[in-house]
Amino acid sequence: MLYREAGDYKTSYVADSQTFPIKFDRYGYYILLGFAFLVMPLIINDYWANSIVVPFLIYAIAALGLNILIGYCGQLSLGTGGFMAVGAYASYKMMTAFPDLNIIFVIIIAGMVTACVGVLFGLPSLRIKGFYLAVATLAAQFFLIWLFTRTAWFYNYSPTGMISAPTREIFGVPVTGPRASAVSMYMICLCFLVASAWLARNLTRGSLGRTWMAIRDMDIAAEIIGVNPLIAKLTAFAVSSFLVGISGALLFTVYLGAAEAGEAFGIDKSFLVLFMVIIGGLGSIFGAFAGAAFLIVGPVLLKLLLVNSLGWPTDLAAHLEIMIVGALIIVFLIVEPHGIAALWRTIKEKLRLWPFPY
Amino acid sequence: MPDTLLFALEASLNGLTAGVMYALVALGFVLIFKASGIFNFAQGVLALFAALTLVGFQSGQIPFSHLINAMLGTRLHHFGWNMPTVLAIPATVLVMIGLAILVERFILKHLVNQEPIILFMATIGLAYFLEGFGDIMWGAEVKALDVGLPKGMSSAVDEATFAWFGYGFYIDRLEIWAAGIAAVLVAVLTVFSQYTKQGRALRAVADDHQAALSVGISLRFIWVLTWSIAGIVALVAGIMWGSKSGVQFSLSLIALKALPVLILGGFTSIPGAIVGGLIIGVGEKLFDFFMNPIIGGATENWFAYMLALIFLLFRPQGLFGERIIERV
Amino acid sequence: MKMTKLAATLAATMVVAGPTLADTLHFPSLSYRTGPFAAGGIPFADGYSDYLTLINERDGGIGGVPIRQTECETAYNTERGVECYQSIRNDNPLVLQPLSTGITYQLIPRTMEDGIPMHTMGYGRTSAVNGEVFNWTFNYPANYWDGASVIINYLLDENDGSLEGKKIALLYHNSAYGREPIPTLTRLGETHGYELVTIGVDSPGQEQGSQWLQIRRERPDYVVMWGWGVMNPTAIQEAANIRFPMENFIGVWWSGSQQDVRPVGSGAHGYKALAMHGTGMDYPIYDDMQQYVIDAGKYAGTGDEVGTVLYSRGMYAAMLAVEAAKKAQEIHGVAAITPAMMRDGMANLEITEELMAELGLPNFGPAFSVACENHGGSGAAMIQQWDAEAGEWNLITDWIEPDRDLIMEMAMDDSLAYAAENDITPACLN
Repeated sequence: MLYREAGDYKTSYVADSQTFPIKFDRYGYYILLGFAFLVMPLIINDYWANSIVVPFLIYAIAALGLNILIGYCGQLSLGTGGFMAVGAYASYKMMTAFPDLNIIFVIIIAGMVTACVGVLFGLPSLRIKGFYLAVATLAAQFFLIWLFTRTAWFYNYSPTGMISAPTREIFGVPVTGPRASAVSMYMICLCFLVASAWLARNLTRGSLGRTWMAIRDMDIAAEIIGVNPLIAKLTAFAVSSFLVGISGALLFTVYLGAAEAGEAFGIDKSFLVLFMVIIGGLGSIFGAFAGAAFLIVGPVLLKLLLVNSLGWPTDLAAHLEIMIVGALIIVFLIVEPHGIAALWRTIKEKLRLWPFPY
Repeated sequence: MPDTLLFALEASLNGLTAGVMYALVALGFVLIFKASGIFNFAQGVLALFAALTLVGFQSGQIPFSHLINAMLGTRLHHFGWNMPTVLAIPATVLVMIGLAILVERFILKHLVNQEPIILFMATIGLAYFLEGFGDIMWGAEVKALDVGLPKGMSSAVDEATFAWFGYGFYIDRLEIWAAGIAAVLVAVLTVFSQYTKQGRALRAVADDHQAALSVGISLRFIWVLTWSIAGIVALVAGIMWGSKSGVQFSLSLIALKALPVLILGGFTSIPGAIVGGLIIGVGEKLFDFFMNPIIGGATENWFAYMLALIFLLFRPQGLFGERIIERV
Repeated sequence: MKMTKLAATLAATMVVAGPTLADTLHFPSLSYRTGPFAAGGIPFADGYSDYLTLINERDGGIGGVPIRQTECETAYNTERGVECYQSIRNDNPLVLQPLSTGITYQLIPRTMEDGIPMHTMGYGRTSAVNGEVFNWTFNYPANYWDGASVIINYLLDENDGSLEGKKIALLYHNSAYGREPIPTLTRLGETHGYELVTIGVDSPGQEQGSQWLQIRRERPDYVVMWGWGVMNPTAIQEAANIRFPMENFIGVWWSGSQQDVRPVGSGAHGYKALAMHGTGMDYPIYDDMQQYVIDAGKYAGTGDEVGTVLYSRGMYAAMLAVEAAKKAQEIHGVAAITPAMMRDGMANLEITEELMAELGLPNFGPAFSVACENHGGSGAAMIQQWDAEAGEWNLITDWIEPDRDLIMEMAMDDSLAYAAENDITPACLN
C-alpha cells in the first residue's frame, strides 16, 4: 500500500538514479538519520552506548570497508585485523607526536596511512586469486601484528607495549580518554559512519565501483574490455583499507582507550569482520550494517538472556553463545546464502506488491 | 665443522620434524578440498574435538556433566572407569564418523552447488559450533593426553651425532614418531584411493562432481566418507599435538599453522601437503636461527605466510596444485 | 508466541539491568571460563566465588550485610571486559579484579574516573604501587617487578651471593604481561653482573621449538619464565625434552599451577615457581569450606579445583577483598559500604600474621600493610617446587623480600610519566 513506486514520477536522470528511488525509503532514511542524530543522543545510556551502539558503529565502518574489497571487487582478505591495527597505531603515533592536532584529522590521517599499507599488501592480488589470496593476506595480518609488538617505536618505548589514548576534545567536549561521555563517543562514531557510508555508496555506484564489479564478475573479461586490473584492484584495496583503518583508529581511540596489537587486533578480528560482511550480504551497503548489527548485538542479547534472565552459569552461557552463533551462521547460509541484505530485498519486493500480489 | 653450521643443521632437522606435524594438520584440509572443493576451516577444531573426545573416553568422563549438573543440580563427574587406549581410539573414530554423518546431513546436503566462499563460511560456522559443543561436552580445563607415545630427547640421535660431530643433536622422539605415523597415513590413503572401489569413487568425485553423479556414484556417501577420513586424520593430528602440550582450546589454533603449508603445497595435493610442511618447517626454523640476533625472535607466526606469499608470486597455484586454466 | 516470550524476557532484562540493592555488598567477578586462557581462569574464579560464599554462609556476610556475587565472562578479551565493566559499573561494584593485564590497562583510567577501586593481585600495571597517581588501583601484596626481584634474590642466595658471569634466559609471553619483568631484570643484571637473554614466545605459544633450540645453544644457567595459558605446559615439556635441569627453571606465579605441570607428567619433576601465597589443603579454613560450601553443594564451577594453586589465589584475592571491606566498615562506621569507602578500606588495609591465623590461613600470605604511597604491599614471595610423584607443590623457601628500593624508584618514574601524560596531580585522596 504505502510502499510502492506508482505515482512517484521522476522528471530528471538525477532524480532517477538517486540512492533511494522510492519515496517511502527516502523518508524512512531521513527519519532514521534524524533519529540517530537528534533523538538517540538524548535517550542513550552508558551501557547501551558502550557495549552495543558504539562498537556497532565502529564495526559497521570496518564491514563497509571489507565489503568494498570482497563484495564489490571480489578480493578475499583476511588481513582486516592487521589493517585495523595500522589505523590504531597510526592514530596513536599522531596523537602523541602532535598533541594539538584535531582528533578528526588524526583519524582521517590514520585511515590514509592504512590505505597506503593496504595498497602495499594488495599488490600480490594482481597475481594471486581466491583462497590463495585469502591466505596471502593472512601474511599481512601476522606480520603487522608482529611488527607492532616487536618494534618499540610504535608504542613510544613504553615498557609493556600497551598503547593508550590520551584525552582529546572537539569543541571542548572530550571524545577520547576516560572522561569522554557516552554521547560524545556515540556522536563522533556516528559522524564517521555516515560519512563512510556516503563515501562507499557513491564510490560503488560511480565508474570506479563499476570497474570493481567488472573485476569481481570476471577479471579476464574485464581486462579485455579495457578495465585496468592494476588500478581497479589497488583502488579497492586503498578505499577498503582506508575505511578499515578509520574503524581501527576509532576502536582504539574512542572505544577501547588502551590496546595491545596481539590481543585487540588478532586474527579473530579479521574473521569477525568477514562474518559481518558475509552474513550481512556481499556487495551491499545495507548488508554491512545488518551484519555488524547481527554479530555485535546478537551475542550481547544472548548473554543478557542466558545469564541475567535465566541465571545460567556464565561459562555455559558463553559456550552456548558461540554454539548458537556458529549454528546461526550455518542456518543463514542454508536459508539465504546471500545474506541479510538479500532477505531484505525479498521483503521489499513482496512489500511493493502487497496487498495485491498478482 | 664450525658451530654455526652444526646449529643450523640441528635447526633444520628440527624443522623437518616440526614440518611433519604441520603436514598432519594440512592433510585433513587437502582431503576435504579434493573431494568436495570445500576449504574446511573447521579442521583445527575437529582435531581439538577428536582429542577431547579421546581423553574423555580414556578417563571415563561423563559427557555434558557440567550442563547436566547446572540444570538438574546433580554432581556428576566421571563414570569411575578408565578406558584403555586401544578401545578409546576406535570409539573416538566412531564418534568422528558419526560427526561426519551429521555434518553431511545437516550442512552439506543443503549447500550443494553453492559458491566455494559460502561453503567456506559454513565450515567456519561449524568450527564455532564445535568449539562450544566440545567445551560443553567435555569441559574447558587442560587435559593431559597420553596414548603411550614416547616423548623427550632421542638419545640415539644425540649419541650418534655426538660421535660424528662432537655435538649432540636434539630431536624430539614424539616428532620422530609423528613422521613415521604420517608416512603410514599417507601410504594408507594412497592405497585406499588407488586400489579400492570407494577410493576410486572418491577420485572420480574430486575430478568432476557431475560426471561422477551421472555414472551412479552417490555424492552424499562420498562426502560422509571424506569427512570421516578427515576426522580420523584430525584425530591423529590431535593426538600428536595434544601429547605435546595438553588438550585445550589452543589446540584448535594449529589450523593456522597448516594454511601456509597448504598454499605452498597446493590445496589438492597430498604429497604437496607433506613437502609444503617440510619446507615451511625448515624455513621457519632456519629463518629464526639466522635472523633472531638481527630482528628478534617469535617470527614463526608470520614467516610461514610470507614464505608462502613470495612463493605464490612465482607459482600462483602452489607447488603441486593443478594448473589454473582460465577462460572467458 | 515463543518470540513474544523471548522478547518479553529480553525487555525485562533491559529494564532491571542493574538493580541497586543497597542492603547487599556487590562483589563482581570478571572471570574467564572460556577462551584460550580458560584453564587458568576457571580455578581462580572458583576460589574467588567459594570464599565469598563461605563468608555468606558462615558469617552471614560482612558485618551483617550479605555479599551479592555477580559473574561476567570476559574470555580474556578486552572488548568483552569493557562490556562487563559497563554492565556493572552503576551497580556499586566494591572491587574489580579482572585477572588480565590487558583489561586492567583499559580499566585503570575508567575506574579512576568512576571512582571504583580495582585490585590487581600479582598482575596489571606495576607502577600502580604509587597510590598518589593511581588512587583507585591496588596491586598488593606483590607485583611483577617484585617477582623478578625475588627470583634474582633467590638465585643470589643459591649462588652464595653472587651471580657474576651467570647467564639467565627470560622466556616471556610476547604481550604487555610478559614484557613487564624485562626492565627490572635488566637493571638487576647491571647490579649483579649476570647476562640476560630475552626470548619471546608469541601467544598462544604451543610452538616453542625454535626458542628451546636457542636455549640449548645459549646454555643459560637459569631459565626464568613469564608465561600464561598453553605456553606454560609447552615450555615445561620442551625443557624436559632438551633435558634442561628442572631445578634451574623458575616460573612466575602465573606459571606455577597444577594445570601447567600435570600435562607434562613426570618430566616436570623439580620445576620451580614463585608462590605469592601458600598452596594445598593443609589450612584450617578448608574445614569450614568443606562444611559450609562443598558439602552443601554451593561451590562454584565443578568443584574439582579446590586446593589447587590458582584456586588458592582466587580465595586469597577474595579474602583480601573481604578484609578490606571490614576495614572500610570500621573506618566509616557504616555496614553497607560504597565503592569509595571500600577504597579507603583497601588503602588502609593491614594484614598481620595473627589475622591470617585467625582466618584459618596461617602463614598463607605475607604480613603487609597498605598506605597511600605504597599500594603494593611487601612484595615478598616464596619459591615452590613441583613434586611429580606426589603430584603436589611444595614450598621450599620462606618469604623472600624483593629489592624494594629499586622497584619503588622505577615505579616512581613510570607512574610520574603516566601522571604527566594524563594531567594527574599526584596526591593522596585522604
